[in-house]
Amino acid sequence: MTSVVIVDDHSLFRSGVRAELDGLVEVLGDAATVDEAVACILELEPDVVLLDVHMPGGGGLEVIRQVGEKRPAQRFLALSVSDAPEDVIAIIRAGARGYVTKTISGAELADAVRRIAEGDAVFSPRLAGFVLDAFASLEPVEVDPELDQLTAREREVLRHIARGYLYKEIAARLGISTKTVEAHVSAVLRKLQLSSRHELSRWAVQRRLVD
Amino acid sequence: MSEQRPATTSPPPPLRRAPASGYIGGVCAGFAARLGIDPILIRIGFVLTLLAGGAGIPLYVIGWALIPAEGPERPVVSRLLTRRDTWLVAAGMACLTLAAVLLLRQWGVWFSDRLTWPLVIVAAGGALIWRQSQAAPEAREDKAQLPREAVNRVGIGVALVVGGALLFLSLNDSSVRDAVLPVAVALIAVTIILAPWWVRLVRGLDAERAARIRSQERAEVAAHLHDSVLQTLALVQKRADDPREVAALARRQERELRAWLNNTRPAGTATLAGALESAAAEVESDHHVPIEVVTVGDAPLDERATALVAATREALVNASKFAGPEPISLYAEVEDGRAEVFVRDRGPGFDPEAAPADRRGVRDSIIARMQRHGGTATIHSTPGTGTEVELVMSS
Repeated sequence: MTSVVIVDDHSLFRSGVRAELDGLVEVLGDAATVDEAVACILELEPDVVLLDVHMPGGGGLEVIRQVGEKRPAQRFLALSVSDAPEDVIAIIRAGARGYVTKTISGAELADAVRRIAEGDAVFSPRLAGFVLDAFASLEPVEVDPELDQLTAREREVLRHIARGYLYKEIAARLGISTKTVEAHVSAVLRKLQLSSRHELSRWAVQRRLVD
Repeated sequence: MSEQRPATTSPPPPLRRAPASGYIGGVCAGFAARLGIDPILIRIGFVLTLLAGGAGIPLYVIGWALIPAEGPERPVVSRLLTRRDTWLVAAGMACLTLAAVLLLRQWGVWFSDRLTWPLVIVAAGGALIWRQSQAAPEAREDKAQLPREAVNRVGIGVALVVGGALLFLSLNDSSVRDAVLPVAVALIAVTIILAPWWVRLVRGLDAERAARIRSQERAEVAAHLHDSVLQTLALVQKRADDPREVAALARRQERELRAWLNNTRPAGTATLAGALESAAAEVESDHHVPIEVVTVGDAPLDERATALVAATREALVNASKFAGPEPISLYAEVEDGRAEVFVRDRGPGFDPEAAPADRRGVRDSIIARMQRHGGTATIHSTPGTGTEVELVMSS
């Protein structure tokens, strides 16, 4: 069974997630602060860390940074009530392999955890929307189409995620395998993380300011 | 009473300055206490020496520097420290000015020796005023509680500045006959005296404005939380027996709070994305089915966009009748003037060919509305996989 550690400064929320995930994945432990989380993750070595974005002491970004120094292969799934674009983009670019909001159901969350453990990426509809928006509104200044643009297929997959389709439904609609859908999403995640454009972060901040 | 000083330092009972009862450094008061006479007599004597050429000033300074103050058990030790500091700063300022003046003179950049002492005196007075006005922030709250020494020091600073100015005028009286010089000197003196207060006033106003803005913001947040979150929590407690209603209340509040936190469009702002979001919020609160809204891009809310929103609303209402507990997805994408909206539910779905009459009716109203404005509407559904309505309005 996939093992997870829950990191959240909200104790009510931690116990809630624990109860929801009970029997679906193995919860090794939980932590409420950045320091606690780093120690806990390094000791328990879970497959996936469920990581809150906003915490005192630097938040999820700090946890990723500190754990990354010792255990670079650790996989993170960001789980937050925030759906502000700058939070989402920042945590993904720091290295989280997915972002879901806290309203996600227990079964879906367990599914997302398993997918992350297998090395795939997990995009919630909203994250897919952000990514589409970011890549659509950015002017292609630097010519690095490998990283700075989405392929037509990737766009198509993201649009379906934004429309609320599950991976296997997308696969059925586009006539491709679920593995291929996952590969597209992982490619988009890689572009999000590796794209050298600072516009991505600026987009996130601007979107909030302009909207 | 500087003349008496050499005689009185020798007797066995130690001479102590009395800063608490003195005006400047408590030297006169100390002598008075030592001699057992009224300090006013010694002060008068001191002032007389000033008029007789100022011999008392250096003697007083020496006395102040050499005679220790009263015992350290007094509660004003800390104040004593600032006091000495203040005086030291003033004396230092005077020495620096003197040094600068002498240096200039040495270099030949000079017009009159009559400038030297007035400048030094004014510099000391200015330093005193400045120092005092900056070093007593705790006194700002309550003028009545200003320590007497502080007032005295400022008074002396003012006196020094004014005295320096007068000295300068009297020394230059013979050479300058017009009224420009006295006015200029008076202006400079007033500026030196009032500048620290002016600076402090400005700073105080800044601080006050910042505090006012902070408290206004806080009041705004509090008012918002009162009107929204607390109200909703009260409603949730009242309706605790109706889970659907509670969930709907919670979602509506969440949506509103999020919009407020993210500082996104207030309700009613005329953009397509904003209008779609508020339409979704309305349908959600009317029909108690969660709607997940994702928008990409945005466009102004013109006539055709309004028609698109209306059609979307119909589609949402329709979907919420069949969706069951699963959330409805609303996805809107605007790019290069082309707007696409997808409304997807996870209800039982149906065969569009064999649609029941009422469903066909709603469908027709959506399709007809879109077509009237030059758009298209397509409905994808198969039994068991839910329904998706696709609305396209191209430019």
